[in-house]
Amino acid sequence: MADTIVDSKKQGGLLGKEDMKLLKDPLHSNNPLTIQVLGICSALAVTGSVSKSLVMAVALIFVCAASSLIISLLRNSIPSSIRMIVQLLVIAGLVQIVEIVLGAFAYTAYVELSVFIGLIITNCIVMGRLEAFAMGNNPKQAFLDGIGNGLGYGWILVAMAVVRELFGKGTFMGWTILPTGPDGWYVANNLMVLPASSLFVIGIFIWIQRAVDPELVDKS
Amino acid sequence: MGETLNIFIKAAFIDNMILAYFLGMCSYLAVSKTVKTAVGLGLAVIFVLGITMPINWAINTYLLSDGAIIEGINLTFLRLILFIAVIASMVQLVEMIIEKVSPALYNSLGIFLPLITVNCAILGGSLFMVSREYGFTESVSFGLGSGVGWFLAIVAIASIREKLRTADVPPALRGLGIAFIITGLMGIAFMSLAGLNPSDFN
Repeated sequence: MADTIVDSKKQGGLLGKEDMKLLKDPLHSNNPLTIQVLGICSALAVTGSVSKSLVMAVALIFVCAASSLIISLLRNSIPSSIRMIVQLLVIAGLVQIVEIVLGAFAYTAYVELSVFIGLIITNCIVMGRLEAFAMGNNPKQAFLDGIGNGLGYGWILVAMAVVRELFGKGTFMGWTILPTGPDGWYVANNLMVLPASSLFVIGIFIWIQRAVDPELVDKS
Repeated sequence: MGETLNIFIKAAFIDNMILAYFLGMCSYLAVSKTVKTAVGLGLAVIFVLGITMPINWAINTYLLSDGAIIEGINLTFLRLILFIAVIASMVQLVEMIIEKVSPALYNSLGIFLPLITVNCAILGGSLFMVSREYGFTESVSFGLGSGVGWFLAIVAIASIREKLRTADVPPALRGLGIAFIITGLMGIAFMSLAGLNPSDFN
């Protein structure tokens, strides 16, 4: 007990240097989407509009953080042979809660996202972080790691959605920025409306990210 | 018979799990570095999809829907948890079979065999089956068709990536970046098939 009190005094406050690293790394150098290659399926499917991406990002931050916290609290009592099943059950329970809450409070988003809310269970980011981090670290750090990875995923998701919605429909969250239609000058780029375009967008994001930070280039 | 075959062809070629819906991307990108591992994983996915689809259909129809067990009891909120439990057990079964039949394949697939459990294509396929309200034979053919489609897509990208190793790709695009762009091009090519209804040709 005495050790913990001394530690947090040294770190100066609620979040120490190591904790900030957990929050900052997934934003760029260990980004779940562009570096760890996790969570791609949903990133491709829901980035057609910014509002869908925001809902998805918030849902994922919640599931990732909450499941990391719960599994980290339970980590010493889960037998190794059934740990994947326990992790899946925790994630499935949390996603079911998210689905019910969205159905009650954000019905339009719920209908738009349909299958992809359920697919948060199979989102590799959640499982991946549970296996890689939460199973071996304390609850506070696991919670921060969950939030960090959720934020890393969320910011790329929203960035992709901004590009796709702006060039594909000329709008941002429903407000017209580039006027299409008979009195507008912008001819909507229909390629950006297709799911396939998100692959190009994410490929270009990866290109930009690795060009800016040559450390991340694939050396194999 | 005609309708079942139509669903198979649609699921395999037109509504391809990877190239049209982009489900199952994580293992698709990670395992497609060589054709051998891609073929192994693809076959495992066909098997898992073919078996879990009818089991999930049975659970959905006889346990979960409105008034299935007792009048007035609706257990659909348990759907996700039960589906995932079935998938996890099937994958465990497949893992044991592959370990017995081909230890070399088991070793080369490594962590990606248990990761079939969280392959979006499997759960996504089951959820599609529920939303499209398929019957028993339709769910079997949908499962096998989606599996075959996934298998074809991953073998295709694996063959392309093997050839890409000797190509002159810009350093920042190497590996992951170029794989995404190639998959995007394959997806666009696949769209030429969208909307095709096999029953129109009967």
